[in-house]
Amino acid sequence: MDLSNLLDGFATALTPSHLLFAAIGVLLGTAIGVLPGIGPAMAVALLLPVTYGLDPTGAFIMFAGIYFGGMFGGSTTSILLNTPGESAAVVVAIEGNKMAKAGKGAQALAAAAIGHFIGGLIGITLLILLAPVIASYAVNIGAPDYFAFMVLAFVATSTVLGSSRLRGFASLLIGLTIGLVGLDQLTGQARLTFGSLHLADGIDVVIVAVGLFAVGESLWVAAHLRQTMEKPIPVGRPWLGRDDVRRAWKPWLRGPFIGFPFGAIPAGGADMTTFLSYVTEKKLSKRKDQWGKGAIEGVAGPEATSTATAAGTMVTMLTLGLPTTAVAAVMLAAFQQYGIQPGPLLFERESGLVWALIASLPIGLLFLLVINLPMAPVWAKLLRIPRPYLYAGILLFASVGAYAVGGEVLDLIILFAIGVLGFAMRRYGLPVLPAIIGVILGPAAELQMRRALQISDGNLTGLINSPIAVTIYVIIAALLAWPLLRKVLPGGRRSDKQEKIDA
Amino acid sequence: MSSSPAVAGAEQVEEPKRSWWRAHSELGVCVFLLALGVLVLTNALTIPSDFTQRGPLGPKAVPVLVGSLLLLVALLLAREVLRGGKAEAEGGEDIDLSTPADWRTVLVLSGAFLANAALIDFVGFPISSAVMFWGAAYALGSRNTVRDPLIAAVLSVGTWLAFNELLGVPLPGGPLMGVF
Repeated sequence: MDLSNLLDGFATALTPSHLLFAAIGVLLGTAIGVLPGIGPAMAVALLLPVTYGLDPTGAFIMFAGIYFGGMFGGSTTSILLNTPGESAAVVVAIEGNKMAKAGKGAQALAAAAIGHFIGGLIGITLLILLAPVIASYAVNIGAPDYFAFMVLAFVATSTVLGSSRLRGFASLLIGLTIGLVGLDQLTGQARLTFGSLHLADGIDVVIVAVGLFAVGESLWVAAHLRQTMEKPIPVGRPWLGRDDVRRAWKPWLRGPFIGFPFGAIPAGGADMTTFLSYVTEKKLSKRKDQWGKGAIEGVAGPEATSTATAAGTMVTMLTLGLPTTAVAAVMLAAFQQYGIQPGPLLFERESGLVWALIASLPIGLLFLLVINLPMAPVWAKLLRIPRPYLYAGILLFASVGAYAVGGEVLDLIILFAIGVLGFAMRRYGLPVLPAIIGVILGPAAELQMRRALQISDGNLTGLINSPIAVTIYVIIAALLAWPLLRKVLPGGRRSDKQEKIDA
Repeated sequence: MSSSPAVAGAEQVEEPKRSWWRAHSELGVCVFLLALGVLVLTNALTIPSDFTQRGPLGPKAVPVLVGSLLLLVALLLAREVLRGGKAEAEGGEDIDLSTPADWRTVLVLSGAFLANAALIDFVGFPISSAVMFWGAAYALGSRNTVRDPLIAAVLSVGTWLAFNELLGVPLPGGPLMGVF
């Protein structure tokens, strides 16, 4: 049965217009991955206005292409310039750039691109196998379970990422406050609207996402623009020797099994999984003398991991409607724009859309391998774009997005205010992701909580009357108590390292 | 000014005071969170909840919770800052944290952005966003008087065409696009 769904999906994804969207997505994604300062989350946020004009299938095929393309492109800059184009590509810079400096840049790029391809393929296979199963189980979970999942997403994104949990929570609360603006969903009473009719509709998620990611980043860059730019290491067409393949194939195959499961839970996304893969490969390597001088395993493993992480993220987003990374959060906002609620029912109600999206992923991967493997040095030329044009262009698209929401100048002013907020958050170390998750999931979480309490007639035990919910609250309690536990338990050093990588 | 000893003394007292505030500017974040919390709480208390309420929790409950947590986090953060805790500013490839913040660039960039908001309803999207692009590029240090406006014009007209014609998302064309 699932096979026929998948075949239908391929039939939809292989139509010329959808192939075109996949191609646009992967090209944009790779470009964005290579370019510093602009990541896949910001890119999808900037492209949200296309949801007003495109059909959902085409839009999501494009967004998925951007997500996976960003992973491919990010490693190119890491290897050739030692400055990661994406936060997920921080780890690959450690060994990859050493390889490039030692004249093995071509091999590093090849190991990365093939690693992405293999990791993506394994991740997507797991997605195809597991997502329908998870969705069919999740159909039966109720309001209390949903609420528990959302609280987990709140707590996990606030505590796991970044170096300060307190600042993570501050960011989350700011997001929840923005999410409160508008009419209460159940009673229709105005909250935080201050009598403004415009605010009664709430602040559009597009404006919040674009403001925090794009305008905030541009203002922050304006305050601290780097004046000297490093030159990328020149490199030829990527290729691998037989010895390289012998060393890289095991990390390629191991990486996805680290990335996929951790991508599916709110554990920090690819920033965390690539680091885990790096540590694993370093431990398993027989040629430890090579580490720190350009070990190909340190490129192959993390890169295969990062794309598989993206696939894992998609599972949770599609089956439970829960975003575990910033990109997934913005894609969730896109679903909301179309009035589609991701979650277990998605596979029943929007079967055509979901399977076309899933089928487009391997097609996109194939495109990505073709455009990245022979053309990596060409992409590196993108780094020469003058920064003033780059950020002026980002601002231009940001204002298009906000204005297109309703054609109102007030939205541009709100966009700017949220941009200033994003600037202040960057200055004072408040992570952006918890705020975005708070805006997107806050209203849904409130709805589920009030539903659960309606069913139990106001009894608070109505929130914890299922085994799933209880399990999740135990996990949340463990997350909250972690700093205390770490002091008691021996060997708390690893997390210090983790914080450095995150920064 | 510093010839008078009294004034010089006052300045010396003033100097460490100002640098103390600068080093603890993160307290501004606490004030912001505190104000936000008070705002959310006072707003929540004005919501009439005696009628139209369905279920045990009315529209007040979540705002009260969020507002209270905002106050709590503001206080905890203030405690951390006063104990010497410091925020880690976000780094990035185009970001050089070793230099002091360049407020002039930020202000000119903001001006370019707000000019777009002020102009868009009068002159249309193509002109107002071209002005913004040029202004933003200028703010960020680009000084090419031929290439900058050219790119600005091509990009903004191209975006307008793409959204208006291809995607069917209406953007105001303004008097310039009236000829089409």
